[in-house]
Amino acid sequence: MNLSRKWLNEFVAIDAGDRQFAEAMTLSGSKVELTHDLGEEIKNVVVGKVLSMKRHENSDHMWICQVDAGRGVPIQIVTGAQNVKEGDIVPVALDGSLLPGGKEIRAGKLRGELSDGMLCSFQELGLDQRDFPTAYENGIWILSDDPELTNLTIGEDIRTAVGLDDHVVEFEITPNRPDCLSVIGLAREVSATFDVPCTLHEPIVKGGGEGVLPELLDVETPDPELCPRYTARMVRNVKIGPSPKWMRERLRAMGVRPINNIVDITNYVMLEYGQPMHAFDYRYVNGGKIIVRRAAEGEKLTTLDGKEHVLTANHLVIADEGRAVGLAGIMGGLNSEIVDDTADVVFESACFDGTCIRKGALALGMRTEASAKFEKGLDPMNTLPAVNRACELVELLGAGEVVDGVIDILNYVPQPTVLKLEPDKINALLGTDISQGEMAQIMERINFELHDDQTLTIPSWRGDVKEMADLAEEVARFYGYNNISTTLMRGQTTLGGYSPEQRLEQRLGAMCRSCGYDEIITYSFISPTWYDKIGWPENDFHRKSFKILNPLGEDTSIMRTTTLPSMLDILARNYNYRNKDVRLYELGRIYLPGGENGLANEAKVLTLGAYGEGFDFYDLKGAVEAVLKEIRAEEVHFEGSLGAPSDASYHPGRFATIWCGTDQVGVLGQVHPNVAKAFGVDGELYCAELSFDELMLARGADPEYVPLPKFPSVTRDIAVVCGEAVTVGKLEEAIRKGAKGLLKEVSLFDIYRGKGVDEGKKSVAFNLVLRSDDRSLTSEEADEDVKSILEALEKDCGARLR
Amino acid sequence: MKEQLAKIKSEALSAFEGVASPAALDELRVKYLGKKGELTAVLKQMGRLSAEERPAMGALANEVRSALESAIETAGKKLESAAMEARLKAETLDVTVPGKTVKMGHKHPMYSALDEIKDIFVGMGFTVLDGPEVELAELNFDRLNAEEGHPSRDWSDTFYFDEDSRVMLRSQTSPMQVRAMDTMSLPIRIIAPGRVYRKDEVDATHSPMFHQVEGMVIDKHVTMADLKGTLNLLAEELFGKGTVTRFRPHHFPFTEPSCEMDVQCHKCGGAGCPTCKGEGWIELLGAGMIHPNVLRMAGIDPEEWSGWAFGMGLERTAMRRFKIADLRLIFENDVRFLEQF
Repeated sequence: MNLSRKWLNEFVAIDAGDRQFAEAMTLSGSKVELTHDLGEEIKNVVVGKVLSMKRHENSDHMWICQVDAGRGVPIQIVTGAQNVKEGDIVPVALDGSLLPGGKEIRAGKLRGELSDGMLCSFQELGLDQRDFPTAYENGIWILSDDPELTNLTIGEDIRTAVGLDDHVVEFEITPNRPDCLSVIGLAREVSATFDVPCTLHEPIVKGGGEGVLPELLDVETPDPELCPRYTARMVRNVKIGPSPKWMRERLRAMGVRPINNIVDITNYVMLEYGQPMHAFDYRYVNGGKIIVRRAAEGEKLTTLDGKEHVLTANHLVIADEGRAVGLAGIMGGLNSEIVDDTADVVFESACFDGTCIRKGALALGMRTEASAKFEKGLDPMNTLPAVNRACELVELLGAGEVVDGVIDILNYVPQPTVLKLEPDKINALLGTDISQGEMAQIMERINFELHDDQTLTIPSWRGDVKEMADLAEEVARFYGYNNISTTLMRGQTTLGGYSPEQRLEQRLGAMCRSCGYDEIITYSFISPTWYDKIGWPENDFHRKSFKILNPLGEDTSIMRTTTLPSMLDILARNYNYRNKDVRLYELGRIYLPGGENGLANEAKVLTLGAYGEGFDFYDLKGAVEAVLKEIRAEEVHFEGSLGAPSDASYHPGRFATIWCGTDQVGVLGQVHPNVAKAFGVDGELYCAELSFDELMLARGADPEYVPLPKFPSVTRDIAVVCGEAVTVGKLEEAIRKGAKGLLKEVSLFDIYRGKGVDEGKKSVAFNLVLRSDDRSLTSEEADEDVKSILEALEKDCGARLR
Repeated sequence: MKEQLAKIKSEALSAFEGVASPAALDELRVKYLGKKGELTAVLKQMGRLSAEERPAMGALANEVRSALESAIETAGKKLESAAMEARLKAETLDVTVPGKTVKMGHKHPMYSALDEIKDIFVGMGFTVLDGPEVELAELNFDRLNAEEGHPSRDWSDTFYFDEDSRVMLRSQTSPMQVRAMDTMSLPIRIIAPGRVYRKDEVDATHSPMFHQVEGMVIDKHVTMADLKGTLNLLAEELFGKGTVTRFRPHHFPFTEPSCEMDVQCHKCGGAGCPTCKGEGWIELLGAGMIHPNVLRMAGIDPEEWSGWAFGMGLERTAMRRFKIADLRLIFENDVRFLEQF
C-alpha cells in the first residue's frame, strides 16, 4: 500500500522526516518497506521565463534565449526546440542540475555560443502525457500554456511548481488490517502513533440532478449472504474529461494511472476510503435494474481488460435484466464501460462476501486491487460515506449532476463488538505494569470508545479485535513493544533434552564426518523420471509416491521413496564441477504411502555416496562397517543381492545387502554403470543406503569392561589356496568353526593370484591370534588349534595350506 | 712422590679437557686410574713411605683420585651433550612442509546453525520434537486459527496432495505446536526443527523447500516479557554478546499479540546499507503469545494457561551466521562450499 504524505497531511499534520516517520510507523505495527521522494532525481531545475530569442548564427534550427531564472541577471540558453516563444514560462535545468535517470546538465558551448543550462520537456522531468494532458508532446514544456499551472513564480523549484514535491511511503499491510489499505485507515494509525489528532471530513453532496432515484434505478440482491450491502448513487449529464491536476498528482503518487474524471474519482475514493468503487454507464443497464446474482453456468462476460470469461454459479455478477454487466468485486464489464460520450453514471459502492470474491478471482486467475480488498472482508459501514465522497467529488470537479437520494440495501447489519478493558489480565499477558489510565488513553487514540463500566465499543473497521488478547496487542503497540521489559522464564522446571533417536542421528552424523564424508541437504521432492534413471522396473511398487497436484514443475512433483537419485544428482553435480575425491552423506527422509490419517510414512535413510581416484567398494564398505561398529551393532554380515527389484540400481557383481543378525539394515555397492551414465557420470560411483529405523534396532548394548589379557597370545599366519568361487566370508566361517576355543581374532591380510597359484585359484592369507585366559599357551597347543582350523578349511572350502 | 702426584694431576686434567670422544675419554681413564694406570702405580709406592708421611701422602693421593674422577665425569657429560646437540641438529625438519592430510567430513552449515539453536534451548529445558512434513491442512491451518480463505492456504502458495486440500506439505513448522499440545502434558517447552515447503521459485533468497525451527512454551503466567527475554538470549548466543534486537508488531493467525524480531544490521550497525535495504535492521523471526483460540482448540483453558511461540527460518539464520550470499549454495552441495564450514 502506497501512501502520499501530502494526501495524508490533509487528515493528520505530521512533519517528521521520512526515516523518522517510517521508524515510528514500523514500530507501531504498520511496517514501512520503503520511502520515496517523487522528485529526488531532479536537482536544480527551476521555473524560468524566456525574455528574448534570436537565431543561432551557426545553426539553421537553434535558438539563443535569454532566460530569467530568478538569478537577478538573465542567463543564456541555447535550444533546438521550435515551440518556444518570447514570454513563455518553461522548466530550466541550470548549470549542474540533475534530471531523472541520472542525467547531468552542465554549462557549455553549442556551436560557439554559451549555453548556461537547458530548457526541458515534460518527458525529461520523468512525466508523461497522462500527467499533463494539455502539454505539448514534441518540444519544450510551456508551463504558461497550462491553465492549471497558475501562480508560477520565476526561480521556483520545478518540483513544487508541478507537484513533484510529494513523498510516498510504501507499507506492508498485514491481512488482518484491510482498513489500513486506505489513506484514511493509515491516517488513523498515524494519528494514534504520533498522538496527534486526525481530522476526517464528512462528504457533503448538494444533489439536485434530474429525476427520482427509485424510478431510475432498482437494485435486487437475491443472494443476500454474498452481498451484505449494496449502495449506489447516480450522476446525470456527465462531462467526461481529464481530472484536475491535484487529483492526477495524488493518483500518480499512489501508483495509479489517471484515465478520466469519473474513473479517477472511483480510484480516488478507493484509495482514500479503501472501498472499491465501480462506475458504469447507465444507458447499458437495461430496464434500470441492477441484480446482484450468481452467474448462470456457462454465462459469458467480457471484462474491462477485453478478456472473455466463461462463468459458473460460484461467480457473483452485477447484472441488468438480461445480462451480466460486471464481475462483482473483481472487474467491470466491457459492455457498460465509461466512454467519452457517457451521459449518466451509476456509482456502485458495495460490500461482497470475501470468500466468494476470493474464489471467483482465483478461478479466473484475475486478482485485482478491488478483489484483493474484498477478499479480506471489508467494513460494511464504509460503503455509504464512500459513495457520498464520490458524488461530492463529481460536484467539486463539475463533472456532472448528482441525483438526490441513495440506494442502500443493507442485508447484514454488523453489531459493534463490545469488550471489557481488563488491565490486570492485559498486564499479566504482556508482563507489564501499565496503569488503567494509560491503557484508557491508548484506547482513545485508536477510537475504541471506553464507557464508565470499563466496556469498550470497537469501531466497525476493526473487525480483527475480538477479545482480550487483541486488546493486549493494541496496548502493547502503542506502549511500545520495545518498552516491554525482558525477563527469563519462571515456572516449573522441565527436563529437556534429546530423544534416543535424536542421539543416534547425532552419532551417525559424527561418525560419517570422521570417516571423511561431508553432509548434504537435498530436496524431498523429485521428478518421477528419476525412478527410470536409477533403473527401477516400470511396475515396481516402490515407485508409488505421494504426488503433488500443484507442483512448481515436473522436476519437483513427487515425494521421493528413495534417497538414491538425490545423492546421485549431487555426486554428478560435483563430478561435473571436477571436484576430486568426493564423499557425501545425508540423513534424509523418504515418503512412503500408507501412513496414518492418509499421511506418509516418513522413514529416515542414511545415504552415503562417494567417488574418487582409487575409491573402491571396500572403501565404502569400510565406512559402513565403521558406522555399524560405532553403534555396536552385532552379528554384522554382508550378503549378495536377494533379488529386490531396486537392486537394479547397482552393479550386480559389486553389491551387497547389509545385515545385523537376521535384519537387513541396508545395501551398498557400486552404482550400475548405466545408472551413473544416466546421471552423466562415466566413472565409478559408490552408494550405501541404510535404514535409520533398522540402525535404531541394531544398536548394541552399552559397553561393559572386559579384563585385559593376563597371558600372552600366540600369532600364526596361514595362507590357503582355494577356488575363486570360495568367498573370504566362507573361509573365515570355516576358520572359526575349526578353532577349538583358543582363537581370538582372525584377520585377512592378503589375497594373491598369479605365479605359484594355479589358474582359477587364489591364495588367501590370514593372521590368527590365539590365546588362553588362564595360562600361557605352548607352541604345541597353538599348533593343535591351527591344525584343526586347516582341517576345517579343507573340509568346508576345499582350501589347502599353501 | 708429592711432585709425581701433582704432575699426574695437572697432566691428566689438561688431557681430559681436550678429549674428543667417549672412547678417548675411556682410554685416558684407564691410563690414569686403571689397575695399571699411572696413579695406581704411584700409590703402589706408598709402602715405601714412613709411618709419619703416609697419612698426609694418602690424603693427597685420594684428593688427586677424586679430582680426576670428577673431571672424567664432567668431560663425559660435556661429550654427551655435544653428541645430543649434534644429533638434534642433524634431525632438524622443514616445518613448512605440509602436515599429512587427515580427511574429515564437514557438517552442513545449515545444520551447524540448527545445532547451536538446539543446544541453547535444550539447556533451558526444552524437548526437541520431530514431526511429519506431509501434514494435514487441519493442523497446518485450521487448528492454528488460519481460517478457510487465509491467503497462505491458496494453491498458489501451498503444495497439496488431494483436490480437497486435506493433505499438504506443511508450509511451516507450526503444526508441531498443535501436535505438542495434543500429545504432551502441561507445562510444555518444545522446539521443533524441520523441513517446510512453499510454492516459491528458486532464487537467491527463495527455495520451495527450506527449514524452520519452531519454539513453544505453555505454562502458567507466561508473559510477552518472557518471550522477549528468551529470544534476546537466542540472538546473543547466535550472533554474539551485545547483539541489538528490536520487536515490531506483526500479524500471525496463531499468535496474539504477534511480533517480528529484527537484529541490528551487522554490516552498518544500524545506519542503513544495502545489506539491510537501508533499514538498519534485518528480520530474524516471527513470534507472539499463543492465540487463545489455538489453546481452546487444543482443550487448554487460556484463562489458566498462556504461552508463547516463535518460528525462525534456518537457512536465513545460517546465511547470516556464516555470511552466505546466495540461498542456492545451501542446496547445491558443492564440496568446495561444504568444506568451508
